[in-house]
Amino acid sequence: KQFTSHKDPMLKKRDDFEDILEERRTSSDLRYALRCYTPVLYKGVTPCKTSVLKSMVLQSDQLHYVINQVSKESGRAADDVREEASAILEEMAHSLQLSTVRFFAFMLSKVFKTLFRSICVNEEGIQRLQQAIQEHPVVLLPSHRSYMDFLLMSYILYTYDVALPVIAAGMDFMGMKFVGEMLRMSGAFFIRRSFGGDKLYWSVFSEYVKTMLKNGYAPVEFFLEGTRSRTSKSLTPKLGLLNIVMDPFLKGEVFDVNVVPVSISYERILEESLYARELLGVPKPKESTSGLFKARKVLSEDYGSIHVYFGQPVSVRSLAEGRVNRCQFNLVPRHIPRRPSEEIQSFVNDSAYRLVRAQEENMVLKPWVLLASLLLQNHHQNRAAGQKPGMALDELTTQAVWLRDVSRQYGAFLHWPDHTSPSEVVSSGLSLHRALVRVCEGRVQLAVEQGVYLFEFLAVVVLSCASYRNQMLHVFVRPALLASAIHIASSNQKQEVFNSFSFLRNMFSSEFILCPGATVQDFEEACYLLVKTGVLQVTQQEVLVTERGHRTLAFLTSMLDPFLQGYQVVCRFLCEEDTETLTEKQFIPAVRKFIVNHLLAGRLRYAEVLSSDLQKNALAALQRLGAVRKIKGYVGFHHPCVPGWLD
Amino acid sequence: MNVLSTCAASACQQAVCRALCSVVTKGNIVGVPVGTHPYHKFEIMKWNGWGYSDSRFLFNKKGQAEFTGKRYRLSGMIIPGLKDWFEGTFGANLQHKTPPTPLLTNTAVPPATLNEAFVEEVKSTGIPFSHDAEDRVFRAHGHCLHEIFALREGKIGRVPDMVVWPSCHNDVVKIVQLACKHNVCLMPYGGGTSVSSALECPPEETRSIVSLDTSQMNRILWIDEKNLTAHVEAGIVGQDLERLLNESGYCTGHEPDSMEFSSLGGWVATRASGMKKNIYGNIEDLVVHIKMVTPQGVIEKSCQGPRMSTGPDIHHFIMGSEGTLGVVTEVTMKIRPMPEYQKYGSVVFPNFEQGVACLREVAKQRCAPASIRLMDNEQFKFGHALKPQVSSIFTSFLDGLKKFYITKFKGFDPNHLCVATLLFEGNREKVLQHEKQVYDIAAKFGGLAAGEDNGQRGYMLTFVIAYLRDLGMDYYVIGESFETSVPWDRVLDICRNVKARIIRECKDKGVQFPPLSTCRVTQTYDAGACVYFYFAFNYRGLSDPVHVYEQVEHAAREEILANGGSLSHHHGVGKLRKEWMRDTISNVGMGMLKSVKDYVDPNNIFGNRNLL
Repeated sequence: KQFTSHKDPMLKKRDDFEDILEERRTSSDLRYALRCYTPVLYKGVTPCKTSVLKSMVLQSDQLHYVINQVSKESGRAADDVREEASAILEEMAHSLQLSTVRFFAFMLSKVFKTLFRSICVNEEGIQRLQQAIQEHPVVLLPSHRSYMDFLLMSYILYTYDVALPVIAAGMDFMGMKFVGEMLRMSGAFFIRRSFGGDKLYWSVFSEYVKTMLKNGYAPVEFFLEGTRSRTSKSLTPKLGLLNIVMDPFLKGEVFDVNVVPVSISYERILEESLYARELLGVPKPKESTSGLFKARKVLSEDYGSIHVYFGQPVSVRSLAEGRVNRCQFNLVPRHIPRRPSEEIQSFVNDSAYRLVRAQEENMVLKPWVLLASLLLQNHHQNRAAGQKPGMALDELTTQAVWLRDVSRQYGAFLHWPDHTSPSEVVSSGLSLHRALVRVCEGRVQLAVEQGVYLFEFLAVVVLSCASYRNQMLHVFVRPALLASAIHIASSNQKQEVFNSFSFLRNMFSSEFILCPGATVQDFEEACYLLVKTGVLQVTQQEVLVTERGHRTLAFLTSMLDPFLQGYQVVCRFLCEEDTETLTEKQFIPAVRKFIVNHLLAGRLRYAEVLSSDLQKNALAALQRLGAVRKIKGYVGFHHPCVPGWLD
Repeated sequence: MNVLSTCAASACQQAVCRALCSVVTKGNIVGVPVGTHPYHKFEIMKWNGWGYSDSRFLFNKKGQAEFTGKRYRLSGMIIPGLKDWFEGTFGANLQHKTPPTPLLTNTAVPPATLNEAFVEEVKSTGIPFSHDAEDRVFRAHGHCLHEIFALREGKIGRVPDMVVWPSCHNDVVKIVQLACKHNVCLMPYGGGTSVSSALECPPEETRSIVSLDTSQMNRILWIDEKNLTAHVEAGIVGQDLERLLNESGYCTGHEPDSMEFSSLGGWVATRASGMKKNIYGNIEDLVVHIKMVTPQGVIEKSCQGPRMSTGPDIHHFIMGSEGTLGVVTEVTMKIRPMPEYQKYGSVVFPNFEQGVACLREVAKQRCAPASIRLMDNEQFKFGHALKPQVSSIFTSFLDGLKKFYITKFKGFDPNHLCVATLLFEGNREKVLQHEKQVYDIAAKFGGLAAGEDNGQRGYMLTFVIAYLRDLGMDYYVIGESFETSVPWDRVLDICRNVKARIIRECKDKGVQFPPLSTCRVTQTYDAGACVYFYFAFNYRGLSDPVHVYEQVEHAAREEILANGGSLSHHHGVGKLRKEWMRDTISNVGMGMLKSVKDYVDPNNIFGNRNLL
């Protein structure tokens, strides 16, 4: 299948990019915004008016059934419930208007040109998408790193005359009165963040999405990760919407659904320091229109370029082939809502992971990502050794070139301008991120005032750098797990190493995107890569590190080390603190305080452990492994099963 | 066996019958009365294709299609539109021919493995038998694509070693007893129109295989006008049964598309369905009493009560048993007075969705005419291409006007519109009333009445389709039909998905030309419908076209099942669809059927290995 990870990542074929801002800089934005826009829809259907769409949803068999059910259960009049359904739909539905789209096209052209050097899109991907839209209903799944994402997506599709998507957006946008309505008119529809037991809400929502999808009125777009990733790591996929969009295929209502993963990579993320602060516990500012205007100062800065890669459309039919027995829907009318069977749940879950991995694979890495990783590792090593801070510029360049070659071997989609000299590449990367690093007397170091120890400021810089490093984690995570496994295994027996690998992988399965149940494949993939790059020799029985492999292995283990240390410190916290009465809410502040103390005392090197994301993941892992138990909102300590290697 | 569609339309019926009456058997086996049914069927029928030897489609020297012979309404006519449709639909070319091997060479036929003791005892009973190659080969196949394709290539696999022709129930009893005594494998053979590989000899069978041809058991034994039943020998062929009953003013009304050739026993053994089931019912509704000879003895009920509460109906073990339990020898069937009036009709719909909605409404109101079928756009065009040359300028002018009215004035898209064909039957007044009711419903779904002619031609398509397949096979085109039944709410989905699956699979399997993938809703029921698919493609450039064909058909069946369709509505399971039986009827269901087989036929004398 086109979709399984390639055996040799070096051979991965990727499309070329085209800068869409180039034309914007030379021709009229107004004319561009007013140009003739005639996208082709699925099998040539004509777009559907919002009011028609709404009445289709309200008259659907599914909703009809649920309304009657709710009415029977609650004793309310059916008309009353129908009224409520109608109100929910009113609150939810998009009202795409071409005039608003044109307004955005004009405005965004102006904004993008100031903010970004280029917006690069793979045109072949657009052509594939165009084709896919005509053949089958399409779901767009962009990665989510910035608020910008969905406006950017619509902007690109408008530019290429592709059908505009309807986009699932969180209700919090609705807080911004004017902007919320603008977004609605540009294709967003709004869903509540949580509606757990609300049958009626779920039913209106799923029927609304399915009606648009089945009839091919517009591509449906949503974020598989559910929310913006504050760490630049892909988040564990959310399954609700994916379940909904796969349903019409599984029930035979459409022949197939095409899912298109889209990878949006920002050279510099607009929300960079905002995210870091958020992870450190400064609460996220509520979305408000005035807040948006305050953010105007970002307009004066340089955010480099954006790469948007439209991946290979994935056919849900081919994903499901041999995995799902569609006959399971034969015996109950299809409009009666039912809980998905275990078979379907695990199918959707696996598909979600594969799709997130497909997003990851086509994320473009800029040289700065390599620099950030190297500088972070250096920062921590120096702090430990008490050496002069920073790294000599030429040393950094040499190491970056080494890492460039390694990451290419591991299949990274690295955009390193080969016609420019390495030192120029390095200095251009550094200069774009001068908020995070500075060059001083030929040495490069994190942008922390020398001598002045501003703890919080340091943490922001470290977390920001870490988020750039995280962009390349997906390339290295499997080899890095193997490297660490070798490190902690008591011998180099293959089975032993595998056991450690499996333990680590299990431990970190909320931290990184690791497909459930794929331990053996992941182990083999990691072995394959490390053998191929001459780091390891793997025999039937043993895993041996080669002479020249130590450097790579050291790099890989130190890449994972902050996470290992972080999980360890969370364990220690749980062991040492009185956790009998610890509520979930108190956990983060308490563990943060504990970590700050460790950092100040020098018992912990990694300021990035302060990331609440890591702390939550660690807790989830311990819960999954049975070390911690949740008792009605309390976090309870189960038994001290902290493995020896963590100490 | 209601199969690859043959003469279904009553209008062509008279022609068929006239033709048949003139057929004189050339059977020359000593001691056998001369009937209308020859022992050596290949003398009037094709040995490697469908139907009568004198009737076939061909492209004449001018490149025009014509239908030869004198048997059918279409016989001797030029069909001007067929060539363009054929070339356009399949990308076929009249220059690229794939003619069949002309003659059956006896050397290609494996020698007969005879059970001498059995042969001797059969001889002593005086029941006619044969082990000529032609007789054996003729009874070794049905009409699946792979069977006919192999015959055209002159490839013969395992064939029966011997053919016997019992002429009555007692003959069958004797043969079955002898077969049990000598451990010989018996395979009942009726009309030979199976499309489920049911007649294929199991290659692993080591015993002598004897084909039990029921064609000589073809008498109506009595007609009971008080109860409106007729007692008939099971070897009678559909068209003879109707003709003979018509002579007394009656009919059964059971008209499967294959009724020219398929037999009463075959209908019972496969749970056949007739085109006019809305009035007369399917075979299970028509049968009052069945007599079957099994290795354990004769099974039958003791009376002819119209309904009984006496445990599970034993008829339902017999119907659909596909020759695995015994031979059906005699059947008592309901009969009806012949209808005084028949009228065809047709309705054009702007699209298939509207058409299905209309059929559903007709079924809901339980006012379906004798037959109502809805063809999709592709099949509508197919039917159109079969229009014979019009005789006058006036008719062609009228046709043009009709076309203009529908596409231009009413705004129907010629690439979306579809047509329902109708057949009304009964007394004149009621027919006209019924007709109005149906047309009124159709109008609510945007349907426009489109005349009797279109309706009649629609039914013609179903009886010439098998002849057309032979024409296609002369020019690199192979195809087949298959069917399913499905709940109403799934009809549109299954039609769309199965057709799309066929197109997708053809592409994936390297078929160089887009296939013909078309369907019709061919029967309506209270809770669902029967859907019939045609599928054909041009196989130029493929090294193993039959294998590709089989893979696509397999995928299409998987798709049907995944969309809530049944394994079969009336073609049966045979050996072609056996692999899905367990999923279809559950483990316990399989066990039930197996235990019946084990009791009735412990030594697997009826060893065609169908169904289970």
